[in-house]
Amino acid sequence: MRPVAVIGAGKTPFGAFADRDLRSLTTEAIGKCLKEANVSPGQIEAFFLGNFAGPSFVGQNHLAPYVASAAGICGVPCTRFEAACASSGSAFFHAFSSVAAGLYDIALITGVEKMTSQPTPKVTEILASAGDLTGEVRAGATFPALFAMIARRHMHQFGTTREHLASVAVKNHANGALNPDAHLKKVITLEQALAGKPVADPLTLFDCSLISDGAAAVVLAPLERAAEFTGKPVRVLGIAQTSDRVALDEKDDITTFPAVARAAAKAYRMAGVGPSDIEFAELHDCFTIAEIIASEDLGFCKKGEGGPYCKQGHTSLGGARPVNTSGGLKAKGHPVGATGVAQICDIVMQIRGEAGRRQVAKRSLGLAQNLGGSGATCVVTILGAAA
Amino acid sequence: MSMLGSGVIYTETVVHSPPEQFVDDAPYQIAIVRLDSGGRVTARIAGAHVAIGDRVDFLEHRNQIPFFQKTS
Repeated sequence: MRPVAVIGAGKTPFGAFADRDLRSLTTEAIGKCLKEANVSPGQIEAFFLGNFAGPSFVGQNHLAPYVASAAGICGVPCTRFEAACASSGSAFFHAFSSVAAGLYDIALITGVEKMTSQPTPKVTEILASAGDLTGEVRAGATFPALFAMIARRHMHQFGTTREHLASVAVKNHANGALNPDAHLKKVITLEQALAGKPVADPLTLFDCSLISDGAAAVVLAPLERAAEFTGKPVRVLGIAQTSDRVALDEKDDITTFPAVARAAAKAYRMAGVGPSDIEFAELHDCFTIAEIIASEDLGFCKKGEGGPYCKQGHTSLGGARPVNTSGGLKAKGHPVGATGVAQICDIVMQIRGEAGRRQVAKRSLGLAQNLGGSGATCVVTILGAAA
Repeated sequence: MSMLGSGVIYTETVVHSPPEQFVDDAPYQIAIVRLDSGGRVTARIAGAHVAIGDRVDFLEHRNQIPFFQKTS
């Protein structure tokens, strides 16, 4: 397996864009990404698309060649990956594997979702289709409901409080306010977060990520060729994709995501680092409780202490290990199929020192954690400056 | 009792923002029930709300959805 580097990254702003369709979003993200890497569409040897539910949200199928050709990429393998909210993390994992194995040199990965053309109850129903339709979903479980049940159990077993959950939202909103491309650039107080409209008890609107439109793209090359394209390559040091059962009620312990712990262990081993070496991270905060549990499963803090760990400021922008400096899914936005690649873009931006007002001080080693469903797919990626 | 019997609430939530097909039901409570016979099931709760640790009994299936209620 040969070393692989990110040689370019680009994304659209995230938000609700009534006048934009899937191809307009992907073409912008791909254009920015390829321009940055000085790569022409004709140089792309394979195209990997992450998209969760284009067929349900906008009715379009056969999406990979559909969006690739609009960006001038035609003739090469174009494949769509679907793994719920980890769709583009999975696309990135498979693109990395292909380049590392020597199958291709220049591979483009794009994630996209167009969600805001549907009313919220319909979006809720489409998202719920990532759960088990024969059990939990039939009974009326939405994704907020599944994570609410996870939160209830975490609170019961570890003493996690509503304030702990709200502190994740407050932190991520503060970061999002510094990100010009974030869906919501609005600072909120702990009191506001606690007083949010109930969605699924104990979660309120402020515990839930946003319904967004957006796209993100990155291009990979073998490290030995990276200098042909960029002076600032970012190396993929470790990466793993793992899986678990889809239905929450088939899991023995819902206060942990075994897929996250497994992916982290594999990625740490591959990179030759441990949790204490990670300087900053983008974690999958689809709900506030998800960031708390991810910080535990990744080994950033002890099991059960994810709530206090965030509330005490360790993961704030000025803290020991900043988490979700982009604003996270909570404030940056969560166009689900775009999220995995967008996390990679944000880590790359930090490592290059291009994150502006949200730049972290220690920026040599970052981690992205992308979760699908209530934990049935996880992709963990460790990125570092290429020496 | 019937085939699902009785069990204990492992976790629960009250859903305020429902999917399209359950708009008329909201707010409603769902729970994961640990069955005395082994296994778990995601179910709707009928009647009074329940909390983690409460005992519940199977009531009936409505449109293939299992409903439980708090043990009286």
